[in-house]
Amino acid sequence: MIKDITIGQFFPGKSIVHRLDPRMKIILTGIYIVLLFLAKSIFALLVGIIFMIGAFIISQIPIRLMLKSIKPIVPIIIFTAVLNLFFITTGELLFQFWIIKITTDGVKTSVFMVVRIICLIIGTSLLTYTTSPIALTDAIERILSPLKKIRVPVHELSMMMTIALRFIPTLIEETDKIMSAQKARGADMETGSLIKRAKALIPILIPLFVSAFRRAEELAMAMECRCYHGGEGRTRLKQLCTAPRDFAALFVTALFLIGVIIINRIFS
Amino acid sequence: MSFLYARNITFSYINDFDENESAKKTTVFRNLNFAVERGEFVAVLGHNGSGKSTLVKCFNGINIPEEGDVIVNGYNTKDEEHLLDIRQSVGMVFQNPDNQIVATIVEEDVAFALENMGVEPKEIRRRVDDALKTVGMYEYREHAPHKLSGGQKQRVAIAGILAMRPSCILLDEPTAMLDPNGRKEVLKTIKMLNKEFGVTIVLITHYMDEAAQAERVVVMDSGEIVMNDTPKKVFSRVEELKNIGLDVPQVTELTHMLIDEGVSIDSEIITEDECVEAIRALFN
Ligand SMILES: Nc1ncnc2c1ncn2[C@@H]1O[C@H](COP(=O)(O)OP(=O)(O)OP(=O)(O)O)[C@@H](O)[C@H]1O
Ligand SMILES: [Mg+2]
Repeated sequence: MIKDITIGQFFPGKSIVHRLDPRMKIILTGIYIVLLFLAKSIFALLVGIIFMIGAFIISQIPIRLMLKSIKPIVPIIIFTAVLNLFFITTGELLFQFWIIKITTDGVKTSVFMVVRIICLIIGTSLLTYTTSPIALTDAIERILSPLKKIRVPVHELSMMMTIALRFIPTLIEETDKIMSAQKARGADMETGSLIKRAKALIPILIPLFVSAFRRAEELAMAMECRCYHGGEGRTRLKQLCTAPRDFAALFVTALFLIGVIIINRIFS
Repeated sequence: MSFLYARNITFSYINDFDENESAKKTTVFRNLNFAVERGEFVAVLGHNGSGKSTLVKCFNGINIPEEGDVIVNGYNTKDEEHLLDIRQSVGMVFQNPDNQIVATIVEEDVAFALENMGVEPKEIRRRVDDALKTVGMYEYREHAPHKLSGGQKQRVAIAGILAMRPSCILLDEPTAMLDPNGRKEVLKTIKMLNKEFGVTIVLITHYMDEAAQAERVVVMDSGEIVMNDTPKKVFSRVEELKNIGLDVPQVTELTHMLIDEGVSIDSEIITEDECVEAIRALFN
């Protein structure tokens, strides 16, 4: 279960999507999200879907991963669908049972919402698939750097994010080890009521926390040994620089956005 | 003057949170003197809690002595102004490679120290590549560290230090968490750095065969330096070492058993090759 978390999973590649400036990719993702929310009809959403699939094909990320990124949010999707289906009562009545009324508008809206959420998740996960976490945090640091003037600790936050990303696999491995160790001592984590199972997590969480603190202390010392003294005067191995392709990508995305606006006009 | 020089240092850990009044302050050593020359390869031995790590951490300003001075390359570690210079010229590698790798990509991790030092990006690139080639991890530069073996991770950690171009590297049990292959890789790298690049090495270890490869062995016991000599001289004092809870290399143990049995064999044998030679000579 823990291994399904796709956030921060990066698939190295050499495609043009991979090579885009991460700052531009964040901006493009932002435009894409705006595009999805502007789309008022399923036709307008189609533009978003074409954009997303196109981006996936260009980036050469396997389609299987696209589907994998939806898996964790299936409950949310179902919840949204059901909510829209049952609570929208305008339009032609299709089916009625007891107090449940299903109408054409309900079906339309729930399909529309589901497609929108799926597009949102798949599209944004493309950002983490094609951008190394370091590049991503770096880009966020750069984008937010004007906030340093009003004393927002931008560098510290991005450093924290980098370290968190670095330690996710290590801590997952550690959790697995502790779980096996506790199971070997007879801990029962799979049966019993919810409360009982929640309690069974305590002997896993405590050693995990203790070890995480110990790691943090050692890491801090190792960082000090390597001359770490905050963000001041720091340079980077990989400079971020925008190339013509970044503006080309921006142009194409903007075209899609305009496309959505036009389709909205036509179908309204 | 020696490259690393500790003069009459006293060091204690202060633990304000301890309820027990007497446990608040643990004095690890008193009036200790120790020096390491430029280009030397020194191994530090001692049982758990004898103060090896504490001493070594005094040499790059992580621990500042209560009394006495630590002089590194002419700078006093108490001198805040030169702390970064000291950290740059004296790198430190720790036991657990997982807890000293900061970035999610090998080359980014190796670049970490240089980024902190504010080196130009082009120069960072060059030094990172050099450091990775030196430790033989260049092909892995774009890998995620958590997918490497222990020995490989530790070599990446060494590269991260090496990229600073330090004159000295302190290694605190760098092989303790590795399998025999990983240990060999790491020790080979350390020796190569010392021989070919003239990097001063201070190696803390619990493995006697590793210590036997150093130029000088320092033995610590309860915060005191009890022996300080060449490996041959130190390991020939088998009884004393055993009394303070340390082992000797297996071949030394063997030759000493033979001597006890009345066989006339060199008492200062510390490597397997020497031992094979000596025993072969006995049969001829
Ligand atoms: N952070 C700390 N706070 C308080 N006491 C400490 C701390 N670190 C070490 N000590 C104590 O200082 C003494 C020396 O510890 P040190 O870590 O230097 O030993 P060591 O020779 O490196 O041992 P090992 O072989 O286990 O690494 C020990 O008695 C230890 O309990
Ligand atoms: Mg130690």
